[in-house]
Amino acid sequence: MIGESIGLWSVPLAVLGGAIRVSTPFLFVSLGECITEKGGRINLGLEGTLVMGAMSGYAVAYLSGSPWLGVAAAGIVGALMGLLHGTICSLPRVNDIAVGIALMLLGVGLADYLGKPFIQPAAPQLPAIDFAWWSTSSQLREALQIPGLFLIGAALAPLLWWALRATRWGLILRMVGESTDAARALGYPVIAVRIIATCVGGFLAGIGGSFLSLYYPGAWSERISSGQGITAVALVIFARWNPEACFYASLLFGGAGALGPSLQSVGVHAGYYLLNAAPYILTLLIMIVTCSPKRTLIGAPAELSITR
Amino acid sequence: MAEEIAAAVPAQRLNPHTPSRLLTGARAGALLVPTGAIAVSLLLFGVFVAFARINPLAVYGYMIEGAVGSWFSIQNTLIRAAPLVLTALCTALPAQVGLMIIGGEGAFVVGGLCAAMAGVALLHAPPLVALLAMAAAGIAAGGLWIALVGALRYWRGVNETISSLLLNYIAIAILNQLVEGLFRDPRSLNKPASPSIGDGHMLGNIPGTEIHWGLVIGIVVCVLAYILIRHTTIGFAARIAGGNPRAARMVGLPIGKLILLTCFLGGAAAGLAGAIEIAAVQESASADLIAGYGYTGILVAFLARQNPLAVVPVAILLGGISASGGLLQRHLGLPDAATVVLQGMIFVCILASDTVYGRIAWFKTAEAGR
Amino acid sequence: MAFDRLSRRRVLTSAAALGATTALATSWPLRRAFAADTVVGFVYVGPHDDFGYNQSHAQGAAAVRKMTGVKVLEEENVPEDVAVAKTMESMIEEDGASLLFPTSFGYFDPYILRAAPKFTKVRFEHCGGLWTPQNPMNIGSYFGYIFEAQYINGIIAGAASKTGKLGFVAAKPIPQVLQNINAFTLGARLVNPAASTQLIFTGDWSMPIKEAEATNSLIDQGIDVVTMHVDSPKVVVQTAAKRGAMVCGYHCSQAALAPDAYLTGAEWNWTDLYPKFVAMWMKGEPIPNFYRGGFKEGLIKQSPYGPKVPAAAAKRADEVKAALTAGDYVIFKGPIQDNTGKTVIAAGDALIQTNGTDIKLEAMGFLVEGVLGSLPA
Repeated sequence: MIGESIGLWSVPLAVLGGAIRVSTPFLFVSLGECITEKGGRINLGLEGTLVMGAMSGYAVAYLSGSPWLGVAAAGIVGALMGLLHGTICSLPRVNDIAVGIALMLLGVGLADYLGKPFIQPAAPQLPAIDFAWWSTSSQLREALQIPGLFLIGAALAPLLWWALRATRWGLILRMVGESTDAARALGYPVIAVRIIATCVGGFLAGIGGSFLSLYYPGAWSERISSGQGITAVALVIFARWNPEACFYASLLFGGAGALGPSLQSVGVHAGYYLLNAAPYILTLLIMIVTCSPKRTLIGAPAELSITR
Repeated sequence: MAEEIAAAVPAQRLNPHTPSRLLTGARAGALLVPTGAIAVSLLLFGVFVAFARINPLAVYGYMIEGAVGSWFSIQNTLIRAAPLVLTALCTALPAQVGLMIIGGEGAFVVGGLCAAMAGVALLHAPPLVALLAMAAAGIAAGGLWIALVGALRYWRGVNETISSLLLNYIAIAILNQLVEGLFRDPRSLNKPASPSIGDGHMLGNIPGTEIHWGLVIGIVVCVLAYILIRHTTIGFAARIAGGNPRAARMVGLPIGKLILLTCFLGGAAAGLAGAIEIAAVQESASADLIAGYGYTGILVAFLARQNPLAVVPVAILLGGISASGGLLQRHLGLPDAATVVLQGMIFVCILASDTVYGRIAWFKTAEAGR
Repeated sequence: MAFDRLSRRRVLTSAAALGATTALATSWPLRRAFAADTVVGFVYVGPHDDFGYNQSHAQGAAAVRKMTGVKVLEEENVPEDVAVAKTMESMIEEDGASLLFPTSFGYFDPYILRAAPKFTKVRFEHCGGLWTPQNPMNIGSYFGYIFEAQYINGIIAGAASKTGKLGFVAAKPIPQVLQNINAFTLGARLVNPAASTQLIFTGDWSMPIKEAEATNSLIDQGIDVVTMHVDSPKVVVQTAAKRGAMVCGYHCSQAALAPDAYLTGAEWNWTDLYPKFVAMWMKGEPIPNFYRGGFKEGLIKQSPYGPKVPAAAAKRADEVKAALTAGDYVIFKGPIQDNTGKTVIAAGDALIQTNGTDIKLEAMGFLVEGVLGSLPA
C-alpha cells in the first residue's frame, strides 16, 4: 500500500480524499435536516442524533458482528430521536429551536452514558469500494477508496431533489412547509407530515453518525463528533434547502477540513489552529457574501421559524 | 409525555384552599409549571438509572447532598452557577428582539482572552485599575463579538443562530493560536498559556466564603438587565420588535439599533463572565477557557424563559446538578454523563411544559379574577 | 531516591488528623464509612479506558485498589477548570481522601497550587508538574522519562521503515511532546542516518477526526511508520493499520488494536509506582516532592516487539534499552543541531536524565535535525 512521495500533489489529493471521508456525516445530516426543514420545522438536535447514531451503530455492530446492522440500528435510534422532537414540537406553544438544543444535550449525554462499555471494544467496520484499482499510486487509490455510505448519500441527494420537486409526497411536504393554513385547507394532516419529516431527518442523521464510528475515524469515543451535526444544520441554510447543493456543500466542508493536516504534512505549519477552523470561516464568509436582507432566502420554507 | 406533565402539575397544588394574594394565578403558573416539569424529569431520571440497577433514592440522596447537603456543597453549587448567570444573558437579551443566539461560548472566550491581555498589560497598575480594565476589555470584546452577529443579521440577513455558532469555533481557534504563539508565556512549559495577570490582581472571594465576587456581579447584572427589559422604553421597544417585527417597523422603531444594542449587551455579559473567569479563577488565558459555560448558558436562558431574573435560580439549579456529579460518579458508579442526561431531561420536560401554560383551568380563573 | 526530609513530620501529623477529617464528613445518612481506610483519590481528564494516558493511570489506580486498608475513589472526564478544584475538595471534604492523584498536567497550575495550602494535611501527587521548593511542601510531582521509550520506538521504526520517512501525530507544541518527537527522531537516525520525521500538530489532546486526517496525510506523503503523542492513540493506530502502515504506540499498549502493524510502544508503568507511593504514605514515610525516572527506575516500559520488527533492530534496541536501564546512556548528548542548523546542545554538553530538577531538559523548545516541522512563533 505504501508508495513513493508525491510531494505537493498530495495536498489536492488529500483534500479530495478528505472531502469524501469527512463529508459523509455532513451529507447525511444535511439531507435529513433538509427534509425536516422543508416541512417547516428546524431540528438543531441533530448533533445529539448524530452522536447517538455513532454510539448505537458501534454498539450494535460490535454485539452483532455486522456493521450494516449497526447502520440500521443507528438509523432507527435516529428516527426515534426525530419522533421525540417532532412530537414535542407538535404541542402548541413549544419552540422547535429550543427543543432542538435540549435534544442535542440529551442525545450527547445519553450516548456518552450508554456508550461507556463500548469505548474499548473494536467493532467490525464498513467496507469501502476501490475505485482506483487501475492506478498504481497508493495515494490516489486511498483517495478513491469510496465508502458505500458515501455513494448512497451521493445518490440520495439528486433523488431527494427530484422527489421534492416532482412527487406527490414532495409536494405535500413543501406545501406544509410553505403554509400551514393552505395545507390544512386542502385537508393534509400538517402535524403528522411534520413528525414524519422530522423522523426521516433523524433517521438519516443517525446513519451519518454510524459512519463516524463504523468507517471514519472508525471508533466510538466521547469526542467522536467535533460539532459535525450542528455544522451540518448550518450547511442546509448555506445550501438553500436544495439537496443537491447540500451534497456539494458537504464536499466543500469535508475538503476544507482535510486542508489543515495535509498542508502541515508538506511543510506549511503556520497557524494550524486557524487552518483547522477554515471550514467555519469559509462558511461564514460565504453566508455573508450570499445572504441579503432585502429578500427572503430562495428556497426557504415560509413556515420555518428561523426565516419568519 | 404531555399527559404526564399535565398530570404532574395539578399534583403540585393539592391544597389550593387559599391561593395567596401575592401568588396570582399567572405567577403561580410560572412557578408551578416548571417545578412540576422538573419533578417529572427527576422521576424519568430515576427510572433511567434504575435500568442500571442503581437505586433512584440513593441518586436523589447524593444529589441533595452534593448540591445543598453541606456548606461545602452549597458553595460548590454557587461557584459553578457564577459564570452561567452571565453567559445565559448572551442568549436571553438578544431573545427579547427575537434573535436566537448561541454564541455565548465564543463571547466568553474572546472576553477572557482580551481581559487577560489587559491584565498582563497593566501588571504594575493598582489592582482596582487593572480589574476595571480587565472587565472593560472583556465587556468590549464579548459585546463586539456578538454585535457582529447582530449586524450581519440586520444588514446582510445572515442567520444569527448559525453565524454565532460558527463564531464560537473561530473564537476558540483564535484563542488557541494566540496562547500557543504570540501571547504565550515562555515559562508556561507544558501547558501553553498567556502570562499571568498577577496574584495581587485577582478578584477575591466574598468574605467568609470560597465564592468569588463574580457571583455577586452576575446577579447585579441580571437585575440590571431585568430592569432594562421590563422598566425602560428601550426594553419595551425591544420586546415589541421581538414580538411583532411588522408592527415595530410600522410604528418606526429603530430595529437595527435595538438588535445591535441587545446583541452587544448579551455578548458583553458573556465577555464579562470570561473576564471574571480569568480574574477570579484561571489567572491566565489558556485552553481552559473553553469550558462550555457558554453552551450551558443557552440552556439556562431557555429554562429561564429568557427572563434575566429567572436566570439566577436556574443557573443555581444547574450548578447544583453539576456539583453533585462527582458524588454520583464516585459512590454509585454512575457515568459522568449522567448529569448531562438529567440536564437534557429537565430541559426537554420544561420546554414541553410550555404547552400547558394558560391551558389549565385553575390558572385561567385565577388570572381572570385578578 | 532523594527523599525530602521536611515532609516527614507533616506526614505523621496528617495521619493523625485523617481520622478527624473523616469523622467530620459524616453528615448525610447515606454516608459510607471509610474511617478505617486510607482514602486515595484519582482524577482523570478523559475516560479511564481510552487506550491511552488516562488508562495508564487507571491501571495504576487498579493496582492501588488491590492493597488492603485502602479505599480508592476515581472520577473521570474532569475538565481543567473549577470542576477539578471542586472535585479535589469534594474528595477531601466529603470522602476524607488524604492522598490525591490528579493526573492531568493542566490540573497543576493554578488548581493544585491553590488547593495545597488550604489542605495542608492532604498530599497532592501530580503527574508531570514541575514542583519547585517555592511550592507547598504537600505537593509532589512525578513523571517518567518516557522519551527513553520513544527513543527505542525510533530505533525500531528507523530499522523497520522502508522509505526512511516516519510520521509523528502530536497534540501540542510543549516540551514533553517535543522530547518525544526528538528522541524518536534521534533513535531512528541512530540506525538510519537519513531518516526523517514528518510532524503534524492536531492542536487538541483528543480529537479523533483530526488525528485520523493527520495520519492519512502522513501516509499520503510516503510515510510508513507512524507514532503519536495524543491522549488516546486508538484512532491513529487503527487508521495507520488500515492504510497498511506500521505504528509505534504510546501511553499504553495498543497492540490488541493492530497486532500486525504494531511494532512496539512507549508505555507508562504506574502500576509499580502508585502502590509504592501509597504504601509510603500509609507508613508515614515521606514521598519525594520531585521524582523523575525512566527505564532505570521502572517508571516506563516497552511494549513487546511485534511481528514486523527485524531481528537485528530488536537486538540493537534491547542493547540500548539495557544501557538505559543501567543508567549509563544519555539520549540528548551534544553535539545536536536543531532542524534549522543551529547548535542546540554543544559538543561535550548533554541533557542528562537524572532524578533531579534538570529544568533544561524539561523546558525543551527545539526540534532536532531530521524533524520536518516547525514550532509556532
